Amino acid sequence: MKNLEFRTAASARGGMVVMAGVPGVAAGTRVSLIDHAGRRRNGLVIRTSDAAVMVEVFEGTDGLDLERTWVRFLDEPYSLPVSRDLLGRVFNGVGQPRDGRPPIVSGQRRDINGAALNPTARAYPREFIQTGLSALDGMNSLTRGQKLPIFSGGGLPHNRVAAQIVRQARLLGEAASEFVVVFAAFGVSSQDARFFQDSFEESGALERLVMFLNLADEPVIERLLTPRAALTAAEYLAFELDYHVLVVMTDMTAYAEALREVAVLRGDVPARKGYPGYLYSDLAEIYERAGRIRDRRGSITLIPVLSMPSDDITHPIPDLTGYITEGQIVLSRELHAQGIYPPVAVLPSLSRLMKDGIGGDFTREDHPHVASQLFASYAKALEVRGLAAIIGAEDLGEGDRRYLEFAEAFERRFVGQGEDEERDVYASLDLAWELLSMLPVETLTRLGEEELAKYHRLKQP
Amino acid sequence: MGSILEINGPLVRLQLPSVVLGEQVSVGAMGLVGEVIARNGDTALAQLYEDSTGLAPGEAAVGLGHPLSVELGPGLLGGIFDGVQRPLEAVRLATGDRIARGVQIPALARDRRWSFSPAPDRLAEMVLNGGDVLGSVQETASIAHRILVPPDVSGELLELAPAGDYDIDATIARIRMRDGSIRKLSLSHRWPVRQPRPFRRRDHAVQPLITGQRILDTFYPLLKGGKAAIPGPFGAGKTMLQHQIARWCNAEIVIYVGCGERGNELTDILESLPKLTDPRTGRPLMERTLLIANTSNMPVVAREASVYVGITIAEYFRDQGYDVVMVADSTSRWAEALREVAGRLGQMPVEEGYPAYLGSRLAAFYERAGRVEALSGEHGSVTLIGAVSPPGGDFSEPVTSHTKEIIQTFWALSKELADARHYPAIDWLESFSGYVGQAAQWWAANVDPGWAGARARALELLSESEELRRIVNLVGVDALSSGQRWSLEAAELIKEALLQQSATDEVDSYASPEKQYRLLAGLLEIHRQGIKLVDLGVPARRLLELPVMYEARRWKTRYGDDNLAALRERIAGLAQDFMKLEAEYAPTLATGEPAQGGAS
Repeated sequence: MKNLEFRTAASARGGMVVMAGVPGVAAGTRVSLIDHAGRRRNGLVIRTSDAAVMVEVFEGTDGLDLERTWVRFLDEPYSLPVSRDLLGRVFNGVGQPRDGRPPIVSGQRRDINGAALNPTARAYPREFIQTGLSALDGMNSLTRGQKLPIFSGGGLPHNRVAAQIVRQARLLGEAASEFVVVFAAFGVSSQDARFFQDSFEESGALERLVMFLNLADEPVIERLLTPRAALTAAEYLAFELDYHVLVVMTDMTAYAEALREVAVLRGDVPARKGYPGYLYSDLAEIYERAGRIRDRRGSITLIPVLSMPSDDITHPIPDLTGYITEGQIVLSRELHAQGIYPPVAVLPSLSRLMKDGIGGDFTREDHPHVASQLFASYAKALEVRGLAAIIGAEDLGEGDRRYLEFAEAFERRFVGQGEDEERDVYASLDLAWELLSMLPVETLTRLGEEELAKYHRLKQP
Repeated sequence: MGSILEINGPLVRLQLPSVVLGEQVSVGAMGLVGEVIARNGDTALAQLYEDSTGLAPGEAAVGLGHPLSVELGPGLLGGIFDGVQRPLEAVRLATGDRIARGVQIPALARDRRWSFSPAPDRLAEMVLNGGDVLGSVQETASIAHRILVPPDVSGELLELAPAGDYDIDATIARIRMRDGSIRKLSLSHRWPVRQPRPFRRRDHAVQPLITGQRILDTFYPLLKGGKAAIPGPFGAGKTMLQHQIARWCNAEIVIYVGCGERGNELTDILESLPKLTDPRTGRPLMERTLLIANTSNMPVVAREASVYVGITIAEYFRDQGYDVVMVADSTSRWAEALREVAGRLGQMPVEEGYPAYLGSRLAAFYERAGRVEALSGEHGSVTLIGAVSPPGGDFSEPVTSHTKEIIQTFWALSKELADARHYPAIDWLESFSGYVGQAAQWWAANVDPGWAGARARALELLSESEELRRIVNLVGVDALSSGQRWSLEAAELIKEALLQQSATDEVDSYASPEKQYRLLAGLLEIHRQGIKLVDLGVPARRLLELPVMYEARRWKTRYGDDNLAALRERIAGLAQDFMKLEAEYAPTLATGEPAQGGAS
């Protein structure tokens, strides 16, 4: 098949070209089309028989003149050249340089689709990653090899939060120097892309960063490749060069919408809200590439950012994501409206793997209990706030009023912090103790008596 | 020998005249395996268990002559298999960290020899039937693996091997079938997964499955051989709860099917189970556990098969006389796999894209649970616990609603409780169990006759407190009478001191039935003592200040199962805690003089 060109396109419709008279084409073969103007388009064989081969064209079929289009079937799958030189570079959605520098020269290429990890080859995520944000480090800690999405909504500052995490994230201890970031943005506006680039350049984060950018006006179908290309780079850095890689990708909603667009063109039966039934499996193919492998040093930690359509957490995209990822960080419109940054709603947020990444071995021995106590006390405080909204704050008892003050201080001082403010985890924990000390000591049932004696500001259990 | 006509995702159309529906086929140079799901003249439609990329029309296809079946024999326990029973550890050694396609490795290790002891009463010329025991292999320290005559074999025993070491393929018995042919039997046999293994008769389940989780055992019990569902939105603690059940339940064999779930969760099980010991046998928990793993990034078609592979293995151990628990996490992913394939086949979708046969498939699957008298005469059970992952936590969606009609015990997880970090986040109002009556008999006979009454009283308090909470939310806590306020607080106490149970706390992770009952009885006693004082006119506020209200919340972690005598003693002395207040409000009673108001 290689190097043979065909001019037998029989029909074209909405992004699909059907070729006749090309027997024996394998499923999933990569296709290159040259149209009458000499413009090159890329495609993929999605259905094949001896009589007809259906090709999905990534750049669309607009302006395609069937009689004058040359189609070539390529033998190798979509792949990304990999080398240490990836670091510090900016690529487009399919891995071509967009920083004006020459392409990566390397004898090694990797299929961007990856292959499923054998579950027995995985190692369980452990060890703390510090993001410098109290709401994460203190209460929803990230561990190496975890996938922890940020659920946001239109108009919320998820891009700023993501950029801050990219700038500040670091490992504690000796592995700190082996930490790099892969950043992928797809379907973003050029303004957002510029914000990310500037933000990383200024902070000097660029040298330990690989960027993949697919802008909103670039081909939709490229968006399906961008996260895969980014994860391919991450896998190479993590499992062949032993780096600890943090992958931040935004916005998964744009990805899922691209998938839906293509699914409709293919004629797939829709499941919920027009998304194809395989949205779950498809997202899992991406998310599950995060993790650690036994007997390898490196790790891939994944933070996908997604904006929930109409802030609806039950929408298929956040819903299916939540079932695959190990927790979620939820941003709140209410906190944002009050000017609190980062507006992390800590109660619906959760890091499932937190318990294995914190405590005496990784952060500090009181960390698990402090986190649990903060959750409990803040939940109680919100209940009191709800009550106060009904009966008025004046009618609250003394104890309840202390809870109100606690809620306020917690949101302003613990959750809230500056966009350039990097708090280490110890500072976050100390702050937590300061705030918890506002509450009657007998209500702090999640804290051990020794811890209370050691850290409580009133020093009386 | 046939050939590939068309490839569309995991579906391939084959020119293959002689296959039957359900038959396994091998296609292409890679030898990808699939199963025939439709026939039309000389062509057959097959779904492949693996990704079809690279497969081309014209490549060869052959029918393998048998349906999807599992290999049953010693060596299953402690193993981890994929959705079509390939041993993942062996696959890793053969192909590395990532799963290569077209790997064919038999489920049971061929190089391992097992020490077989024939059953003493089996003599030559005896007539044996399917399910009869030929002998046994001590597979692990606690599990004797009984070697059964396959259910479809019966006839005269010609020869039975003497005690000795045999590998999985060695002949250990020869049987002359009714038609005169000779069948050689080995330590293992195969059984098609979509066909339930036969048994003599169903047996009424009589014993509760004890999981050590108070909200489950005490409030919504499940019986051995029962059917349960755990529905819950993500983040509600479904996985954690299932792990707790797999870890602590009093079954002899636990089969965990990770169907479309997270890779790291399986890793967690794989890393933690070998370190944990079975509380009953003192042996590593891994020895009684078997894992089937089709993680969410592994092929979808094999996901559909994985639950059948799991249940067939469960039935096989049931037939040996064991109590087996199978946890399927999650049946929603299985249903989605069904939907995906139905969609590619162009079948008419009914609800949310699911095919019309979703309900009947689910019902047939759950029907394979039960306690039975096996063909061998042994009694065994398969308890089936299916997790459901309703989209958006909406319990009215098709998979949850169909499941709800089928199962008897419903452990509904709630996002609100999980957000408040109330674990296990099982909603005590939404959940139900159809087994309470039978469980009550067991509790009365083995723990305390007061169980059913105490359970009902606690549920009553909890349900009453929901009403009261609504009032409080509207008009504030001051609107309640002292008695109501006290009921509300007693319900809070039950929630915190009983229903909440920490999986990570060493003492509290498992509570024996005895401890469960003692805690429940103790908390109800606090409530009862309080009512007495409220009736004397003591404001609820004063009662809340009693140190026992704070202390009782720590009972569950303070008194381990080895220290229940102390807990009993503590509860017996509860009246002391209330004495001072009582004296204050009813001085006349305390001093023995006539009470005020004229009553003597």
